[in-house]
Amino acid sequence: MDEVKIVEIKEDIVSRNNEQAKQIRAELADQKVFLLNVMSSPGSGKTTLLTALINRLKSRFSIGVIEADIDSAVDAETIAAKTGVKTIQMHTAGACHITCQMSWEALCALGIEGLDMVVLENIGNLVCPAEFDTGADANLVLLSVPEGDDKPIKYPLMFEVADIVAVTKTDVMPVFDFDKERVSANVKRRNDKAPVFFVSAPLGVGIEELADYIGDLVAGKMAKQGKK
Amino acid sequence: MHELGIVLQVVEQAEDVAKQNQVQKVLRLTLEVGEVSGIVPNLFEDCFEWAKKRTEHLKECTLNMVILEALTYCEDCGETYRTVEFAKKCPHCGSYKTYLVTGNEINIKDIEVV
Repeated sequence: MDEVKIVEIKEDIVSRNNEQAKQIRAELADQKVFLLNVMSSPGSGKTTLLTALINRLKSRFSIGVIEADIDSAVDAETIAAKTGVKTIQMHTAGACHITCQMSWEALCALGIEGLDMVVLENIGNLVCPAEFDTGADANLVLLSVPEGDDKPIKYPLMFEVADIVAVTKTDVMPVFDFDKERVSANVKRRNDKAPVFFVSAPLGVGIEELADYIGDLVAGKMAKQGKK
Repeated sequence: MHELGIVLQVVEQAEDVAKQNQVQKVLRLTLEVGEVSGIVPNLFEDCFEWAKKRTEHLKECTLNMVILEALTYCEDCGETYRTVEFAKKCPHCGSYKTYLVTGNEINIKDIEVV
């Protein structure tokens, strides 16, 4: 009978993903491309908001989009038709989040040469995507009014990893028990660094401010990396 | 499902270590799971049973989950307290300027091999 041995591993299960995230960041710095990772629950308006943001930013920057879903190409078709920017659809084969391996493959498939910014629309989910770093420069987290202003308390990690929070569908606020100050306080409790924007894509409310804020981050990275 | 994605990651990492060490098979895997890591142990075990059958070295592997207590530190008063009981608000001074010290981890501690 063979002797039983213990092999010590002591490895965090996200440690590999974090290593790959570093490699992606190095490559993106080298290519001077800004990666924005967009996360929220399903149906909170990621695609609609992105369409509005991209249409404001596309004259300033060369933009590419990666749409991630479990199935279908609905989002990629919508974004491509409404913005005209280079878009690809990735399928996660059932997985509820994007790992660095997936974001790297998608970036290669999209082709980042000549781009200033890539927008990665993550799987609609407030839990798992927060745990897996995608190698992005910034995480934009959406929270739509119908979901309720208590979400930052219920899904702490998602709001802790956010760099920017956008409250969407503010046009329906009068019919929901949703309080602007309460949501801001709930976000602040989790994360006192992320600014909170209140937007309505169909009405065009707050889009300019949010687009400018993101545009400044992209321009900041380009300037830092010496890109004109 | 959330647990399945994590299980696949764990299984893949253990499988890699098994290959690197040229072992015959893995008999037991010890996983350290933080109390607030979001893992549901029962679901995790079910997923593990499903996933291990699809590996080369972990087919007979049993899963040993060790739960690590979650602790939160308060920046305002410097006290540490149990996260599960009091969450974000410090029970000593009422501050929300607190952060998690331990309890979020999912670590593969070791594997028992032949």
